[in-house]
Amino acid sequence: MAAPEPLPIVRLRHWGRWVAAAIIVALLVLLGIALGNAQIEWNQVPDFVFYKVMATGLLNTVVLAVLSQAVAIVLGIVIALLRRSANPVARWFAAGYIWIFRGLPVLLQILLWYNLALVFPVIDIPFLVHEQTNVLISAFTAAFLGLALNESAYMAEIVRAGLNSVDSGQTEAAKSIGMTPAATLRRVVLPQAMRVIIPPTGNDFINMLKGTSMASVIGVTELIHAANNISSNNLLVMETLLAAAVWYMVVVTVAGVGQHYLERAFGQADRGPLARAGKALRGVPLVRSARV
Amino acid sequence: MSDPLLRAVGVRKSYGHTEVLGGIDLEVHKGQVVCLLGPSGAGKSTFLRCINHLETIDAGQIWVDGEPIGFRQRGGKLYELRERDVARQRRDIGMVFQRFNLFAHRTALENVVEGPIRVLGVKPDEARRQGLELLDRVGLAHRADAYPAQLSGGQQQRVAIARSLAMKPKLMLFDEPTSALDPELVGEVLEVMSTLAGEGMTMVVVTHEMSFAAEAADEVVFLADGAVVETGPPSEVLSAPKHERTRQFLARILA
Repeated sequence: MAAPEPLPIVRLRHWGRWVAAAIIVALLVLLGIALGNAQIEWNQVPDFVFYKVMATGLLNTVVLAVLSQAVAIVLGIVIALLRRSANPVARWFAAGYIWIFRGLPVLLQILLWYNLALVFPVIDIPFLVHEQTNVLISAFTAAFLGLALNESAYMAEIVRAGLNSVDSGQTEAAKSIGMTPAATLRRVVLPQAMRVIIPPTGNDFINMLKGTSMASVIGVTELIHAANNISSNNLLVMETLLAAAVWYMVVVTVAGVGQHYLERAFGQADRGPLARAGKALRGVPLVRSARV
Repeated sequence: MSDPLLRAVGVRKSYGHTEVLGGIDLEVHKGQVVCLLGPSGAGKSTFLRCINHLETIDAGQIWVDGEPIGFRQRGGKLYELRERDVARQRRDIGMVFQRFNLFAHRTALENVVEGPIRVLGVKPDEARRQGLELLDRVGLAHRADAYPAQLSGGQQQRVAIARSLAMKPKLMLFDEPTSALDPELVGEVLEVMSTLAGEGMTMVVVTHEMSFAAEAADEVVFLADGAVVETGPPSEVLSAPKHERTRQFLARILA
Protein backbone atom coordinates (compact mmCIF):
# COMPACT_ATOMS: atom_id res chain seq x y z
CA MET A 1 0.00 0.00 0.00
CA ALA A 2 1.35 3.47 -0.87
CA ALA A 3 2.10 5.85 1.96
CA PRO A 4 -0.79 8.28 2.44
CA GLU A 5 -0.43 11.72 0.95
CA PRO A 6 0.98 14.09 3.72
CA LEU A 7 -1.80 16.40 4.87
CA PRO A 8 -1.32 20.16 4.71
CA ILE A 9 -0.81 21.86 8.09
CA VAL A 10 -3.03 24.77 9.10
CA ARG A 11 -1.36 27.06 11.63
CA LEU A 12 -3.31 28.28 14.64
CA ARG A 13 -5.12 31.52 13.79
CA HIS A 14 -4.51 34.32 16.26
CA TRP A 15 -7.80 36.22 15.97
CA GLY A 16 -7.25 38.05 19.25
CA ARG A 17 -4.20 39.83 17.90
CA TRP A 18 -6.06 41.18 14.91
CA VAL A 19 -8.96 42.36 17.03
CA ALA A 20 -6.67 44.07 19.53
CA ALA A 21 -4.71 45.78 16.76
CA ALA A 22 -7.94 47.00 15.13
CA ILE A 23 -9.22 48.45 18.43
CA ILE A 24 -5.93 50.23 19.11
CA VAL A 25 -5.79 51.70 15.60
CA ALA A 26 -9.38 52.91 15.90
CA LEU A 27 -8.64 54.58 19.26
CA LEU A 28 -5.52 56.23 17.84
CA VAL A 29 -7.51 57.60 14.90
CA LEU A 30 -10.14 59.01 17.28
CA LEU A 31 -7.41 60.56 19.43
CA GLY A 32 -5.81 62.03 16.31
CA ILE A 33 -9.13 63.58 15.23
CA ALA A 34 -9.69 64.98 18.73
CA LEU A 35 -6.21 66.50 18.83
CA GLY A 36 -6.69 67.88 15.32
CA ASN A 37 -9.85 69.70 16.44
CA ALA A 38 -8.32 70.81 19.74
CA GLN A 39 -7.24 74.39 20.22
CA ILE A 40 -3.55 73.70 19.79
CA GLU A 41 -1.42 75.72 17.42
CA TRP A 42 0.53 72.74 16.13
CA ASN A 43 2.60 74.76 13.73
CA GLN A 44 4.14 76.63 16.68
CA VAL A 45 5.48 73.54 18.43
CA PRO A 46 8.50 72.93 16.14
CA ASP A 47 9.50 76.56 16.56
CA PHE A 48 9.39 76.28 20.34
CA VAL A 49 11.45 73.11 20.24
CA PHE A 50 14.32 75.13 18.80
CA TYR A 51 13.92 78.30 20.84
CA LYS A 52 17.15 79.48 22.34
CA VAL A 53 15.85 79.25 25.89
CA MET A 54 14.85 75.65 25.18
CA ALA A 55 18.47 74.92 24.27
CA THR A 56 19.54 76.38 27.61
CA GLY A 57 16.88 74.27 29.31
CA LEU A 58 18.04 71.14 27.53
CA LEU A 59 21.65 71.80 28.44
CA ASN A 60 20.82 72.37 32.10
CA THR A 61 18.63 69.27 32.25
CA VAL A 62 21.34 67.07 30.78
CA VAL A 63 24.23 68.58 32.75
CA LEU A 64 22.28 68.46 36.01
CA ALA A 65 21.25 64.85 35.43
CA VAL A 66 24.70 63.62 34.36
CA LEU A 67 26.50 65.44 37.17
CA SER A 68 24.04 64.28 39.82
CA GLN A 69 24.07 60.67 38.61
CA ALA A 70 27.88 60.57 38.39
CA VAL A 71 28.33 61.86 41.92
CA ALA A 72 25.52 59.56 43.13
CA ILE A 73 27.29 56.52 41.66
CA VAL A 74 30.57 57.35 43.41
CA LEU A 75 28.84 58.13 46.71
CA GLY A 76 26.64 55.07 46.29
CA ILE A 77 29.66 52.78 45.96
CA VAL A 78 31.23 54.31 49.07
CA ILE A 79 28.02 53.99 51.10
CA ALA A 80 27.48 50.42 49.88
CA LEU A 81 31.01 49.50 51.00
CA LEU A 82 30.41 51.09 54.40
CA ARG A 83 27.13 49.21 54.63
CA ARG A 84 28.97 45.90 54.09
CA SER A 85 31.92 46.83 56.29
CA ALA A 86 33.00 44.75 59.25
CA ASN A 87 33.06 48.01 61.19
CA PRO A 88 29.73 48.44 63.01
CA VAL A 89 30.14 52.23 63.16
CA ALA A 90 30.45 52.34 59.37
CA ARG A 91 27.42 50.07 58.95
CA TRP A 92 25.26 52.22 61.19
CA PHE A 93 26.41 55.41 59.50
CA ALA A 94 25.54 54.00 56.08
CA ALA A 95 22.16 52.75 57.25
CA GLY A 96 21.34 56.17 58.68
CA TYR A 97 22.51 57.91 55.51
CA ILE A 98 20.26 55.75 53.36
CA TRP A 99 17.37 56.13 55.80
CA ILE A 100 17.47 59.93 55.60
CA PHE A 101 18.33 60.60 51.97
CA ARG A 102 16.00 57.93 50.62
CA GLY A 103 13.25 58.79 53.07
CA LEU A 104 12.78 62.48 52.29
CA PRO A 105 11.09 63.57 49.04
CA VAL A 106 13.59 64.92 46.50
CA LEU A 107 11.67 68.17 46.16
CA LEU A 108 11.86 68.70 49.92
CA GLN A 109 15.62 68.00 49.86
CA ILE A 110 16.12 70.48 47.02
CA LEU A 111 14.14 73.12 48.92
CA LEU A 112 16.13 72.47 52.10
CA TRP A 113 19.43 73.03 50.28
CA TYR A 114 18.06 76.06 48.47
CA ASN A 115 17.00 77.67 51.75
CA LEU A 116 20.07 76.71 53.71
CA ALA A 117 20.96 80.40 54.11
CA LEU A 118 17.94 80.83 56.39
CA VAL A 119 19.65 78.77 59.08
CA PHE A 120 23.33 79.08 58.13
CA PRO A 121 23.86 82.56 56.64
CA VAL A 122 27.60 81.97 56.32
CA ILE A 123 29.42 78.76 55.53
CA ASP A 124 32.73 78.73 57.36
CA ILE A 125 35.09 75.78 57.09
CA PRO A 126 38.44 76.92 58.52
CA PHE A 127 41.19 77.38 55.91
CA LEU A 128 38.88 76.16 53.13
CA VAL A 129 35.69 78.11 52.70
CA HIS A 130 34.38 81.34 54.09
CA GLU A 131 31.46 82.54 52.04
CA GLN A 132 27.86 83.71 52.17
CA THR A 133 25.65 80.64 51.86
CA ASN A 134 23.52 82.37 49.23
CA VAL A 135 26.57 82.89 47.04
CA LEU A 136 27.86 79.37 47.55
CA ILE A 137 24.62 77.52 46.98
CA SER A 138 23.00 78.72 43.80
CA ALA A 139 19.70 77.29 42.58
CA PHE A 140 21.65 74.92 40.35
CA THR A 141 23.88 73.76 43.22
CA ALA A 142 20.86 73.24 45.48
CA ALA A 143 19.15 71.14 42.82
CA PHE A 144 22.37 69.19 42.24
CA LEU A 145 22.81 68.47 45.97
CA GLY A 146 19.19 67.43 46.38
CA LEU A 147 19.15 65.13 43.36
CA ALA A 148 22.64 63.65 43.84
CA LEU A 149 22.30 62.86 47.55
CA ASN A 150 18.83 61.35 47.14
CA GLU A 151 20.02 59.22 44.23
CA SER A 152 23.20 58.20 46.08
CA ALA A 153 21.03 56.45 48.70
CA TYR A 154 19.31 54.45 45.95
CA MET A 155 22.64 53.75 44.24
CA ALA A 156 24.04 52.45 47.54
CA GLU A 157 21.31 49.82 47.62
CA ILE A 158 21.84 48.93 43.95
CA VAL A 159 25.60 48.56 44.42
CA ARG A 160 25.08 46.54 47.61
CA ALA A 161 22.79 44.15 45.76
CA GLY A 162 25.41 43.87 43.01
CA LEU A 163 28.25 43.14 45.44
CA ASN A 164 26.12 40.59 47.26
CA SER A 165 25.38 38.84 43.97
CA VAL A 166 29.04 37.86 43.55
CA ASP A 167 29.74 34.45 45.09
CA SER A 168 31.86 34.60 48.25
CA GLY A 169 34.13 31.95 46.71
CA GLN A 170 35.43 34.64 44.35
CA THR A 171 36.59 36.74 47.29
CA GLU A 172 38.14 33.71 48.98
CA ALA A 173 40.03 32.78 45.82
CA ALA A 174 41.36 36.33 45.53
CA LYS A 175 42.43 36.25 49.19
CA SER A 176 44.12 32.89 48.70
CA ILE A 177 46.49 34.34 46.10
CA GLY A 178 47.35 37.18 48.43
CA MET A 179 45.26 39.96 46.94
CA THR A 180 44.53 42.84 49.31
CA PRO A 181 40.89 43.70 50.10
CA ALA A 182 41.11 46.78 47.85
CA ALA A 183 42.52 44.83 44.91
CA THR A 184 39.96 42.07 45.43
CA LEU A 185 37.16 44.61 45.23
CA ARG A 186 38.55 46.41 42.20
CA ARG A 187 39.75 43.43 40.18
CA VAL A 188 37.39 40.62 41.13
CA VAL A 189 34.17 41.66 42.85
CA LEU A 190 33.17 44.98 41.26
CA PRO A 191 33.66 43.86 37.62
CA GLN A 192 31.38 40.89 38.23
CA ALA A 193 28.88 42.98 40.17
CA MET A 194 28.54 45.34 37.21
CA ARG A 195 26.15 43.05 35.36
CA VAL A 196 23.75 43.34 38.25
CA ILE A 197 24.43 47.04 38.91
CA ILE A 198 24.08 48.48 35.41
CA PRO A 199 20.45 47.73 34.46
CA PRO A 200 18.87 49.38 37.52
CA THR A 201 21.39 52.22 37.28
CA GLY A 202 20.28 52.92 33.72
CA ASN A 203 16.72 52.89 34.97
CA ASP A 204 17.61 55.36 37.71
CA PHE A 205 19.40 57.64 35.25
CA ILE A 206 16.30 57.86 33.09
CA ASN A 207 14.38 58.73 36.22
CA MET A 208 17.04 61.30 37.06
CA LEU A 209 16.67 62.98 33.64
CA LYS A 210 13.01 63.57 34.39
CA GLY A 211 13.62 64.31 38.06
CA THR A 212 15.61 67.41 37.11
CA SER A 213 12.24 68.99 36.30
CA MET A 214 11.87 69.56 40.05
CA ALA A 215 14.66 72.12 39.82
CA SER A 216 12.17 74.35 37.96
CA VAL A 217 10.51 75.04 41.31
CA ILE A 218 13.57 76.97 42.54
CA GLY A 219 14.15 78.68 39.19
CA VAL A 220 16.81 76.57 37.47
CA THR A 221 16.30 77.02 33.72
CA GLU A 222 15.85 73.38 32.83
CA LEU A 223 13.32 72.21 30.22
CA ILE A 224 10.11 72.81 32.20
CA HIS A 225 11.28 76.21 33.40
CA ALA A 226 12.28 77.09 29.84
CA ALA A 227 8.84 76.09 28.58
CA ASN A 228 7.16 78.20 31.27
CA ASN A 229 9.44 81.04 30.26
CA ILE A 230 8.12 80.99 26.71
CA SER A 231 4.47 80.49 27.64
CA SER A 232 4.49 83.33 30.15
CA ASN A 233 4.99 85.62 27.15
CA ASN A 234 2.61 84.08 24.63
CA LEU A 235 0.24 82.02 26.82
CA LEU A 236 0.66 78.98 24.53
CA VAL A 237 1.04 76.66 27.54
CA MET A 238 0.21 73.35 25.83
CA GLU A 239 2.42 74.08 22.83
CA THR A 240 5.51 74.93 24.89
CA LEU A 241 5.01 71.95 27.20
CA LEU A 242 4.78 69.68 24.15
CA ALA A 243 8.04 71.17 22.90
CA ALA A 244 9.64 70.27 26.25
CA ALA A 245 8.07 66.79 25.99
CA VAL A 246 9.80 66.28 22.64
CA TRP A 247 13.19 66.97 24.22
CA TYR A 248 12.50 64.67 27.17
CA MET A 249 11.66 61.83 24.79
CA VAL A 250 14.82 62.46 22.77
CA VAL A 251 17.07 62.50 25.83
CA VAL A 252 15.44 59.46 27.43
CA THR A 253 15.64 57.49 24.17
CA VAL A 254 19.33 58.27 23.82
CA ALA A 255 19.91 57.16 27.42
CA GLY A 256 17.99 53.94 26.78
CA VAL A 257 20.15 53.09 23.76
CA GLY A 258 23.28 53.90 25.75
CA GLN A 259 22.16 51.57 28.52
CA HIS A 260 21.61 48.77 26.02
CA TYR A 261 25.19 48.98 24.78
CA LEU A 262 26.64 49.32 28.28
CA GLU A 263 24.82 46.18 29.38
CA ARG A 264 26.09 44.34 26.36
CA ALA A 265 29.68 45.42 27.02
CA PHE A 266 29.59 44.29 30.65
CA GLY A 267 27.66 41.12 29.93
CA GLN A 268 30.31 39.96 27.47
CA ALA A 269 32.94 38.86 29.97
CA ASP A 270 30.65 36.19 31.33
CA ARG A 271 30.33 33.42 28.81
CA GLY A 272 27.93 31.29 30.80
CA PRO A 273 24.93 29.76 29.03
CA LEU A 274 22.61 32.19 30.83
CA ALA A 275 24.60 35.19 29.65
CA ARG A 276 24.69 33.83 26.11
CA ALA A 277 20.93 33.37 26.11
CA GLY A 278 20.56 36.88 27.47
CA LYS A 279 22.74 38.27 24.73
CA ALA A 280 20.79 36.48 22.04
CA LEU A 281 17.53 37.77 23.49
CA ARG A 282 18.81 41.31 23.66
CA GLY A 283 19.36 41.21 19.91
CA VAL A 284 15.58 41.14 19.47
CA PRO A 285 14.39 44.76 19.81
CA LEU A 286 11.01 43.98 21.37
CA VAL A 287 12.39 41.89 24.22
CA ARG A 288 15.22 44.25 24.94
CA SER A 289 13.78 45.05 28.34
CA ALA A 290 13.34 41.40 29.23
CA ARG A 291 16.36 40.66 31.39
CA VAL A 292 17.74 37.20 31.76
CA MET B 1 64.48 16.47 61.08
CA SER B 2 64.40 20.21 60.39
CA ASP B 3 61.72 22.58 61.67
CA PRO B 4 58.31 21.78 60.27
CA LEU B 5 57.01 23.96 57.41
CA LEU B 6 53.55 23.96 58.96
CA ARG B 7 53.04 23.74 62.68
CA ALA B 8 49.67 23.97 64.38
CA VAL B 9 49.35 23.87 68.15
CA GLY B 10 46.09 23.67 70.07
CA VAL B 11 43.98 25.24 67.32
CA ARG B 12 40.45 25.94 68.53
CA LYS B 13 37.52 27.41 66.67
CA SER B 14 33.87 27.85 67.60
CA TYR B 15 30.87 29.20 65.78
CA GLY B 16 28.70 30.65 68.53
CA HIS B 17 28.43 27.89 71.11
CA THR B 18 29.32 25.11 68.67
CA GLU B 19 32.95 24.08 68.95
CA VAL B 20 34.20 23.00 65.53
CA LEU B 21 37.87 22.56 66.38
CA GLY B 22 38.77 21.43 69.88
CA GLY B 23 42.52 21.85 69.92
CA ILE B 24 44.24 20.51 66.82
CA ASP B 25 47.97 19.81 66.71
CA LEU B 26 49.70 19.10 63.42
CA GLU B 27 53.18 19.21 61.95
CA VAL B 28 53.93 19.03 58.25
CA HIS B 29 57.50 18.98 57.03
CA LYS B 30 58.80 20.31 53.75
CA GLY B 31 57.90 18.02 50.86
CA GLN B 32 55.38 16.03 52.87
CA VAL B 33 51.88 15.25 51.66
CA VAL B 34 49.36 15.02 54.49
CA CYS B 35 45.77 13.95 53.93
CA LEU B 36 43.05 14.96 56.37
CA LEU B 37 40.31 12.35 56.54
CA GLY B 38 37.17 12.10 58.56
CA PRO B 39 33.40 12.22 58.52
CA SER B 40 31.71 15.43 57.37
CA GLY B 41 31.43 17.88 60.21
CA ALA B 42 34.73 16.68 61.68
CA GLY B 43 36.29 20.12 61.09
CA LYS B 44 38.70 19.15 58.30
CA SER B 45 37.81 22.02 55.98
CA THR B 46 37.55 24.52 58.82
CA PHE B 47 41.03 23.58 59.99
CA LEU B 48 42.39 23.88 56.46
CA ARG B 49 40.84 27.35 56.14
CA CYS B 50 42.48 28.37 59.42
CA ILE B 51 45.91 27.63 57.95
CA ASN B 52 45.64 30.57 55.50
CA HIS B 53 43.50 32.59 57.89
CA LEU B 54 40.31 32.46 55.86
CA GLU B 55 38.92 31.55 59.28
CA THR B 56 40.19 33.27 62.40
CA ILE B 57 41.19 30.88 65.16
CA ASP B 58 39.98 31.39 68.72
CA ALA B 59 42.96 29.83 70.46
CA GLY B 60 46.22 28.11 69.67
CA GLN B 61 48.69 29.11 67.01
CA ILE B 62 49.65 28.24 63.46
CA TRP B 63 53.08 28.80 61.94
CA VAL B 64 53.96 28.50 58.28
CA ASP B 65 57.72 28.53 57.66
CA GLY B 66 58.24 29.92 61.15
CA GLU B 67 55.85 32.83 60.71
CA PRO B 68 52.74 32.96 62.91
CA ILE B 69 49.72 33.19 60.60
CA GLY B 70 47.21 35.98 61.16
CA PHE B 71 48.92 37.30 64.26
CA ARG B 72 52.01 39.11 65.41
CA GLN B 73 53.69 37.89 68.55
CA ARG B 74 54.89 40.62 70.88
CA GLY B 75 55.45 40.73 74.61
CA GLY B 76 53.81 37.39 75.27
CA LYS B 77 50.65 38.28 73.38
CA LEU B 78 49.28 37.62 69.93
CA TYR B 79 48.10 40.73 68.11
CA GLU B 80 45.67 40.20 65.27
CA LEU B 81 47.10 41.37 61.94
CA ARG B 82 45.31 43.69 59.56
CA GLU B 83 43.81 42.06 56.48
CA ARG B 84 46.47 43.71 54.30
CA ASP B 85 49.28 42.05 56.27
CA VAL B 86 47.49 38.69 56.21
CA ALA B 87 47.32 39.06 52.41
CA ARG B 88 51.12 39.18 52.32
CA GLN B 89 51.32 35.92 54.32
CA ARG B 90 48.82 34.22 52.00
CA ARG B 91 51.10 34.71 48.97
CA ASP B 92 53.12 31.70 50.09
CA ILE B 93 50.13 29.46 50.80
CA GLY B 94 48.23 28.18 47.79
CA MET B 95 44.64 27.01 48.11
CA VAL B 96 42.44 24.91 45.86
CA PHE B 97 38.72 24.99 46.59
CA GLN B 98 35.99 22.41 46.31
CA ARG B 99 34.04 24.63 43.91
CA PHE B 100 37.13 25.81 41.95
CA ASN B 101 36.31 29.53 42.41
CA LEU B 102 37.97 30.62 39.18
CA PHE B 103 37.42 34.30 38.45
CA ALA B 104 34.36 33.98 36.22
CA HIS B 105 35.06 37.15 34.22
CA ARG B 106 38.58 36.16 33.26
CA THR B 107 40.02 33.56 30.89
CA ALA B 108 42.03 30.59 32.12
CA LEU B 109 45.32 32.36 31.41
CA GLU B 110 44.10 35.63 32.96
CA ASN B 111 43.16 33.68 36.08
CA VAL B 112 46.65 32.26 36.29
CA VAL B 113 48.54 35.54 35.72
CA GLU B 114 46.37 37.71 37.99
CA GLY B 115 48.36 36.90 41.14
CA PRO B 116 51.86 37.13 39.68
CA ILE B 117 51.11 40.48 37.95
CA ARG B 118 49.00 42.17 40.61
CA VAL B 119 50.45 40.72 43.79
CA LEU B 120 54.04 39.81 42.97
CA GLY B 121 54.63 42.53 40.38
CA VAL B 122 55.90 40.18 37.67
CA LYS B 123 56.13 41.80 34.21
CA PRO B 124 53.02 40.88 32.14
CA ASP B 125 55.03 39.23 29.32
CA GLU B 126 57.00 37.11 31.76
CA ALA B 127 53.83 36.24 33.72
CA ARG B 128 52.09 35.14 30.52
CA ARG B 129 55.02 32.94 29.56
CA GLN B 130 55.08 31.30 32.99
CA GLY B 131 51.28 31.09 32.98
CA LEU B 132 51.22 29.20 29.69
CA GLU B 133 53.92 26.90 31.01
CA LEU B 134 51.79 26.15 34.08
CA LEU B 135 48.68 25.58 31.99
CA ASP B 136 50.75 23.20 29.90
CA ARG B 137 51.79 21.34 33.05
CA VAL B 138 48.12 20.75 33.91
CA GLY B 139 47.44 19.84 30.27
CA LEU B 140 45.38 22.90 29.38
CA ALA B 141 47.63 25.16 27.33
CA HIS B 142 45.18 24.81 24.44
CA ARG B 143 42.34 26.24 26.57
CA ALA B 144 44.28 29.33 27.74
CA ASP B 145 41.70 31.72 26.25
CA ALA B 146 38.62 29.87 27.45
CA TYR B 147 36.39 31.34 30.15
CA PRO B 148 35.65 29.18 33.21
CA ALA B 149 32.06 28.59 32.11
CA GLN B 150 33.39 27.05 28.90
CA LEU B 151 35.50 24.51 30.77
CA SER B 152 34.48 21.22 32.38
CA GLY B 153 34.71 20.90 36.15
CA GLY B 154 37.92 18.91 35.92
CA GLN B 155 39.48 21.48 33.61
CA GLN B 156 38.41 24.33 35.89
CA GLN B 157 40.00 22.62 38.86
CA ARG B 158 43.24 22.09 36.96
CA VAL B 159 43.31 25.79 36.01
CA ALA B 160 42.68 26.58 39.69
CA ILE B 161 45.70 24.47 40.63
CA ALA B 162 47.78 26.32 38.02
CA ARG B 163 46.55 29.64 39.44
CA SER B 164 47.78 28.62 42.90
CA LEU B 165 51.10 27.34 41.58
CA ALA B 166 51.71 30.61 39.76
CA MET B 167 52.34 32.23 43.14
CA LYS B 168 55.20 29.73 43.73
CA PRO B 169 53.76 28.75 47.12
CA LYS B 170 55.68 26.97 49.85
CA LEU B 171 52.57 25.09 50.86
CA MET B 172 49.46 24.01 49.00
CA LEU B 173 46.09 23.45 50.65
CA PHE B 174 43.44 21.36 48.89
CA ASP B 175 39.87 21.56 50.22
CA GLU B 176 38.03 18.51 48.85
CA PRO B 177 39.31 19.27 45.35
CA THR B 178 37.38 16.46 43.65
CA SER B 179 34.13 16.45 45.64
CA ALA B 180 32.26 18.68 43.20
CA LEU B 181 33.37 16.74 40.11
CA ASP B 182 31.54 14.21 38.01
CA PRO B 183 33.07 10.77 38.74
CA GLU B 184 34.74 10.48 35.34
CA LEU B 185 36.58 13.81 35.87
CA VAL B 186 38.08 12.98 39.27
CA GLY B 187 41.03 11.10 37.78
CA GLU B 188 42.48 13.98 35.78
CA VAL B 189 42.63 16.22 38.87
CA LEU B 190 44.11 13.53 41.11
CA GLU B 191 46.72 12.87 38.44
CA VAL B 192 47.86 16.49 38.50
CA MET B 193 47.96 16.39 42.30
CA SER B 194 49.98 13.16 42.31
CA THR B 195 52.50 14.66 39.90
CA LEU B 196 52.76 17.70 42.13
CA ALA B 197 53.32 15.50 45.17
CA GLY B 198 55.99 13.60 43.28
CA GLU B 199 57.77 16.86 42.51
CA GLY B 200 58.14 17.54 46.21
CA MET B 201 55.38 20.08 46.82
CA THR B 202 54.28 20.30 50.44
CA MET B 203 50.56 19.58 50.47
CA VAL B 204 47.73 19.37 52.98
CA VAL B 205 44.75 17.68 51.37
CA VAL B 206 41.22 17.28 52.69
CA THR B 207 39.77 14.43 50.68
CA HIS B 208 37.45 11.46 50.57
CA GLU B 209 39.54 9.78 47.86
CA MET B 210 41.04 6.91 49.82
CA SER B 211 43.07 5.66 46.87
CA PHE B 212 44.79 9.04 46.61
CA ALA B 213 45.47 9.09 50.33
CA ALA B 214 46.85 5.55 50.17
CA GLU B 215 49.15 6.25 47.24
CA ALA B 216 50.25 9.87 47.58
CA ALA B 217 50.15 10.66 51.28
CA ASP B 218 53.16 10.43 53.54
CA GLU B 219 50.87 10.73 56.49
CA VAL B 220 47.12 10.65 57.03
CA VAL B 221 45.36 12.39 59.87
CA PHE B 222 41.97 11.12 60.93
CA LEU B 223 39.74 13.77 62.47
CA ALA B 224 36.39 13.41 64.20
CA ASP B 225 34.37 15.96 66.16
CA GLY B 226 37.06 18.61 65.86
CA ALA B 227 39.89 16.50 67.24
CA VAL B 228 42.69 14.36 65.85
CA VAL B 229 41.81 10.74 66.47
CA GLU B 230 44.68 9.01 64.77
CA THR B 231 47.80 9.92 62.80
CA GLY B 232 50.24 7.82 60.87
CA PRO B 233 51.41 6.60 57.50
CA PRO B 234 48.52 5.47 55.27
CA SER B 235 49.69 1.89 55.40
CA GLU B 236 48.94 1.87 59.14
CA VAL B 237 45.94 4.15 59.52
CA LEU B 238 44.08 2.93 56.45
CA SER B 239 44.96 -0.75 56.65
CA ALA B 240 45.20 -1.30 60.38
CA PRO B 241 43.42 1.51 62.21
CA LYS B 242 43.87 1.50 65.99
CA HIS B 243 40.73 3.42 66.90
CA GLU B 244 37.13 2.34 66.70
CA ARG B 245 36.05 5.68 65.11
CA THR B 246 38.57 5.26 62.31
CA ARG B 247 37.50 1.67 61.71
CA GLN B 248 33.82 2.67 61.51
CA PHE B 249 34.57 5.49 59.12
CA LEU B 250 36.73 3.38 56.83
CA ALA B 251 34.21 0.56 56.84
CA ARG B 252 31.49 2.97 55.76
CA ILE B 253 33.50 4.74 53.08
CA LEU B 254 35.03 1.62 51.57
CA ALA B 255 31.79 -0.33 51.63
